[in-house]
Amino acid sequence: MITQRLFTGGSNRRVLVTALVLAAVAVLVPVLHLALPPSSPFHVPAYMVALVGKYLTYALLALALDLVWGYCGILSLGHGAFFALGGYAMGMYLMRQIGDRGVYGNPILPDFMVFLNWKELPWFWYGFDQFWFAAIMIVLAPGALAFVFGWFAFRSRVTGVYLSIITQALTYALLLAFFRNDMGFGGNNGLTDFKDILGFNVQAPETRAGLFAASALALALALLITSAITRSKYGMLMVAVRDAESRTRFIGWRPENIKVFAFTISAVMAGIAGALYVPQVGIINPGEFAPANSIEVVVWTAVGGRGTLVGPIIGALLVNGGKSWFTGILPEYWLFALGGLFIAVTLFLPKGIIGTWDSWRASRRDAAERARTKAEEDAAPPPVDPATGRPVRVEETPRAPSPGLSGGPAPQPAE
Amino acid sequence: MSKSGTILYLDGVSVSFDGFRAINNLSLVLDRGEMRAIIGPNGAGKTTMMDIITGKTRPDAGEVYFDGTIDLTKHDEADIAMMGIGRKFQKPTVFESHTVEDNLVLALAGPRSIFPALFHRRSKAESEHIDEILATIRLEARRNDLAANLSHGQKQWLEIGMLLAQDPKLLLVDEPVAGMTDAETEETARLLKDIAKTHSVVVVEHDMHFVRELGVKVTCLHEGAVLSEGTLDHVSADDRVIEVYLGR
Ligand SMILES: Nc1ncnc2c1ncn2[C@@H]1O[C@H](COP(=O)(O)OP(=O)(O)OP(=O)(O)O)[C@@H](O)[C@H]1O
Ligand SMILES: [Mg+2]
Repeated sequence: MITQRLFTGGSNRRVLVTALVLAAVAVLVPVLHLALPPSSPFHVPAYMVALVGKYLTYALLALALDLVWGYCGILSLGHGAFFALGGYAMGMYLMRQIGDRGVYGNPILPDFMVFLNWKELPWFWYGFDQFWFAAIMIVLAPGALAFVFGWFAFRSRVTGVYLSIITQALTYALLLAFFRNDMGFGGNNGLTDFKDILGFNVQAPETRAGLFAASALALALALLITSAITRSKYGMLMVAVRDAESRTRFIGWRPENIKVFAFTISAVMAGIAGALYVPQVGIINPGEFAPANSIEVVVWTAVGGRGTLVGPIIGALLVNGGKSWFTGILPEYWLFALGGLFIAVTLFLPKGIIGTWDSWRASRRDAAERARTKAEEDAAPPPVDPATGRPVRVEETPRAPSPGLSGGPAPQPAE
Repeated sequence: MSKSGTILYLDGVSVSFDGFRAINNLSLVLDRGEMRAIIGPNGAGKTTMMDIITGKTRPDAGEVYFDGTIDLTKHDEADIAMMGIGRKFQKPTVFESHTVEDNLVLALAGPRSIFPALFHRRSKAESEHIDEILATIRLEARRNDLAANLSHGQKQWLEIGMLLAQDPKLLLVDEPVAGMTDAETEETARLLKDIAKTHSVVVVEHDMHFVRELGVKVTCLHEGAVLSEGTLDHVSADDRVIEVYLGR
């Protein structure tokens, strides 16, 4: 049924076009990278494949945040935690693929464990030599954490700033935990020196091209799925909870369940993004849990336009592209630039790029419509009241702007 | 007092906020199928009483029963809504970024869990029911407009429509005609009298003209307790009521 819904309605054109573009990129970039000689002007260099591949995973993370923030009103300042957990699950698989090719040549224990004088593999590393097991954990670890966290937080009706703060605390707590050597995740240094994934050398151009394609396709698929979710009745409920939580409650829905579900789905998406990120950058360390990372995701989403799905993708690509360019010339000022960007967007483009574009289009359409009805009125004789024989004034009914979600009014309290 | 035959039964209910007694030993009984108007000065506790009935506020003491048998103090808002109590807020609260029709879709009686909502497709019966409600609340022409673009009065009607969609046994309607024109007020009185033919209704309202229009038994609250009860003429002739209204 979801698939049927995927292809209905007019406002989905942008989603469909974006998904198609991503699918095309998933094919074209690897082909241009592998098939053309470096001398060709159309050759995509390896560093570009790696860079854009990484950005695509960021875009998936921003899309995940948009589902909870844009549609459900949950401003998570800890989404980086789910991304990092997915990344660690993938990293653990990649570590175990190293086998006896590590520095210490231990066939079972990863190097850092040998270094710490550990004699056997901790129980939570079991199974990670199998990709299918790692794949399950990539979904399960962030999903379960989000479910438990959300269940407690939303049931106790923690909302707004307080919720944002505890999501931030969550990622900070994980940062501290993963820094510890005795946690068994490589401590400070994290997991790195990966050799191969599914039997392919992670450094090989073909593997990198494959990971790039996987990232683009995962993003396209996630976009179609989130779009279907937001257009379902459940999606309408998310917006209902965002705008008038108690109204939703008093017609019998449980906002906490609606939120937990969105939060869990979103965390799973973030985890998958992290899992695609790690083999492309070749390392995962506790720094990924840094609160600042999660805040950056919020900036990408806000820049692109929250509640628009495509906007956060564009925001993530633009801001990160800008970051790469900017850090190339003025590395030490990047954080100022990012802060300035956030302030500028909040002040001048509160709906973000896509949101602003949508309202501009809607207001133009309205103006055109008004002009047309006015011209028709002028042309036609004024309607006459049959009782009095005098012309009657036609009341102008206010017309709806675009039915987009981004332009929605500020949330209102009940009563 | 027997609870049988009552749709709503409050006995000795008290609640205080930081030592301030908003509801003070309140007792109120509503028969099945009855419509009741509640009046009282600002701060009398009318909205707080609705908060208690709908599970938003827990009383410190007293009994609150629905339909003679259900102890409402043991349930939360969503449960109580599903058991058949619908509530219109004092400040009209609708889903502004949804269309009028979608507002009703979300309120429509039916399962309230995630997966059915995720895969929900509107049935013919549901569409017909929505058409009916739209006709009742006189918003057929606005069905595809965003609720945000409705006038204040139309939002009040939409919210009443959402209650109807929920198909409750008891409707609690808090100040339905605040901010309405005279014509809209009369229309609303007609609408509520219509609804009262098949539902039990509690209406809180300051507008005495409107209360007279309803022509039902009136309860006057003051400082969280019942001050006077009876016909509007009886209540408005009550010296204590006059004192409360004029003495402020
Ligand atoms: N959650 C709360 N915390 C503290 N005080 C409250 C709370 N809810 C209500 N009150 C107080 O209880 C009293 C009764 O309020 P309530 O809203 O029930 O009055 P009301 O009869 O509905 O008045 P109005 O006609 O103005 O709507 C008021 O003094 C109000 O300030
Ligand atoms: Mg009130």
